[in-house]
Amino acid sequence: MAKKELLKVEGLKQYFPIKGGLLGRTVNHVKAVDDITFTIHEGETVSIVGESGCGKSTTGRAILRLEEPTEGKVSFNDVDLTSLSLRQMRKHRKDLQIIFQDPYASINPRQTVSDILNEAMTIQNSVPPKKRRKRIIELLETVGLNEYQADRYPHEFSGGQRQRIGIARALAVNPKLIICDEAVSALDVSIQAQVLNLLEELQEEYNLTYLFISHDLGVVRHISDRVIVMYLGKIVEIGEKEEIFEKPKHPYTKALLSAIPVPDPTHKKTHIALKGDVPSPIDPPAGCRFHTRCPFAQDKCKQEEPLLKTHRIMDETHQAACHFVEEIENGELLPRDYEIKPILN
Amino acid sequence: METNVLEVHNLRTSFYTDDGEVKAVDGVSFTLPKGKTLGIVGESGSGKSITALSILQLLASNGKIIDGEIRFKGENLIGYSDRKMRDIRGNAISMIFQEPMTSLNPVFTIGQQISESLIKHQKLSKRDALLKSVDLLKLVGIPSPEARVRNYPYELSGGMRQRVMIAMALACDPEILIADEPTTALDVTIQAQILQLIKELQHRLGMSVVFITHDLGVVAETCDYVAVMYAGQVVEYSDVFTIFKEPKHPYTIGLLNSLPRHDMEQDKLEPIRGNVPNVRDMPIGCRFSPRCPAATDLCRAELPELSKDDKGNDVRCWIYSDNWDGEMEVNVYGEKRIAQGRGVKAVFSD
Repeated sequence: MAKKELLKVEGLKQYFPIKGGLLGRTVNHVKAVDDITFTIHEGETVSIVGESGCGKSTTGRAILRLEEPTEGKVSFNDVDLTSLSLRQMRKHRKDLQIIFQDPYASINPRQTVSDILNEAMTIQNSVPPKKRRKRIIELLETVGLNEYQADRYPHEFSGGQRQRIGIARALAVNPKLIICDEAVSALDVSIQAQVLNLLEELQEEYNLTYLFISHDLGVVRHISDRVIVMYLGKIVEIGEKEEIFEKPKHPYTKALLSAIPVPDPTHKKTHIALKGDVPSPIDPPAGCRFHTRCPFAQDKCKQEEPLLKTHRIMDETHQAACHFVEEIENGELLPRDYEIKPILN
Repeated sequence: METNVLEVHNLRTSFYTDDGEVKAVDGVSFTLPKGKTLGIVGESGSGKSITALSILQLLASNGKIIDGEIRFKGENLIGYSDRKMRDIRGNAISMIFQEPMTSLNPVFTIGQQISESLIKHQKLSKRDALLKSVDLLKLVGIPSPEARVRNYPYELSGGMRQRVMIAMALACDPEILIADEPTTALDVTIQAQILQLIKELQHRLGMSVVFITHDLGVVAETCDYVAVMYAGQVVEYSDVFTIFKEPKHPYTIGLLNSLPRHDMEQDKLEPIRGNVPNVRDMPIGCRFSPRCPAATDLCRAELPELSKDDKGNDVRCWIYSDNWDGEMEVNVYGEKRIAQGRGVKAVFSD
């Protein structure tokens, strides 16, 4: 069954100027997001994963135009959001909400929970004023808080509860898509599991679509349908969750997965140890951006940028941006100068 | 014969604030055999960092160790004078911290900072200390160390800074390295490099390591023994295989059940209900009892001791004690178990 495309991102670029010199001219750009394209279907959870500085949060912010994208098109329900005036955009923000990472910094400490939720409904006029109090209580119950907590201030809540307030605020305007930007990263695991379960229940109940931005691949595997892997502002691999976790094709995805410690002491695994650090997004490497750390890099990788595409050996929903997917997979191309190390024990 | 380089018995550390006493650490016991790695795991506020700071007596001025023993090679460190502690800190026992950004001094070069403890503890000259710093930077895998010693912390990436921190900690060949969340601020590919480095150095230098973390993956990968902390207390202590394969304490079981795994498919996570108790208002009985699915009246009334089970592992739970009388069906996270005095088998299913 072909699902309806809800969000379509095409050729999105987000460059941040670097001012310098005496006159404060723009001397260079941080290419935080550099030409990415993907779609999200209704009711689906798509995750963006990658290390710090890969552009995953910037992508989320650019979709909502919290930062004006440099180039590219973001369509939501076939409406091009990038061409709207800010006033028109505000109307559409009702459908697209965001939950931020830091539950301490993203809600106003001087407002009560009820004020916070009320404000969202007032701005979007999503609920008639007389019904708002009732709706606030409903929302609190939906996210697992109590009616008597409505008139409390954020400081009276724990981190997990604050994140629930953030979720209630997003839900207050009946959104279709919620961008969760590291929404559970700051929480302890026992609380994180509560919030993840809540997000899943809400999705079922309200047919929500999630764009889940996270660096935690355990969380991503748990919650996603599809996964986008980013490296230095580019998508390096995209595919169904099972494909990405069980049959990763891009050398970066493989290295990333192998680097995560497995919570099982009997697990014998091998690290694909990546050398060095992520290069600067100000002056990213030419060709494939991963070539400076890639154990398989060839001359072609230094010159020619690989396209994100489905290679012959891959599932049709699965794409990777690497020149040598097939050669690596069938063992024609062997890794140079890197170690597959057994973990010392 | 295995000897214990560090033994902590019933440690209690309190902070005295305007609002009264805060018992941050209230019953911590564990042992660290020589050359091994002990993991201290727990969620935020469980007292794991304060435990580490207590070992080195680096507490803030309103904090005080009020009870317990910290035996380093048999000698109780509690009661040591400041001067004697200074000889131990950074020398026999050294520590690396979570934030490589804030733990380094921004106005000194990294060479100067590594040299400091060498000059102090090993009485090296400035010149020799700097030469040794270069060696140390080489040891922790920093490229072109001769140039890097002259760098300031801001000129290095996060992973590099953590390597510098490790070099500083290793400067005086410590017998124990305490690592407090050393990789939490780092990306996974860099974390993998640092964990590997610590492991390699431990093997080469024969150090014992205390690894403080909230990441169960890191524990499984690096530790030999594990102490699980909850609300200021150790609730379970055993070898790493037992903790992951046969966890005993309902909190440990709950923690493992809440963990989303990247290496396998899970249907639904089983969170621990409720929240961590407030340090100023601890439950009277077992501190986990308000959240525990197996809690009984006994649990709510009396705090269980940390005691040895039949395999010699420590667990702080009534279910495994002689006081747990009679038989009772206990539902621990979806698994039905028959609990009876000392008889319960709490096998964590895969």
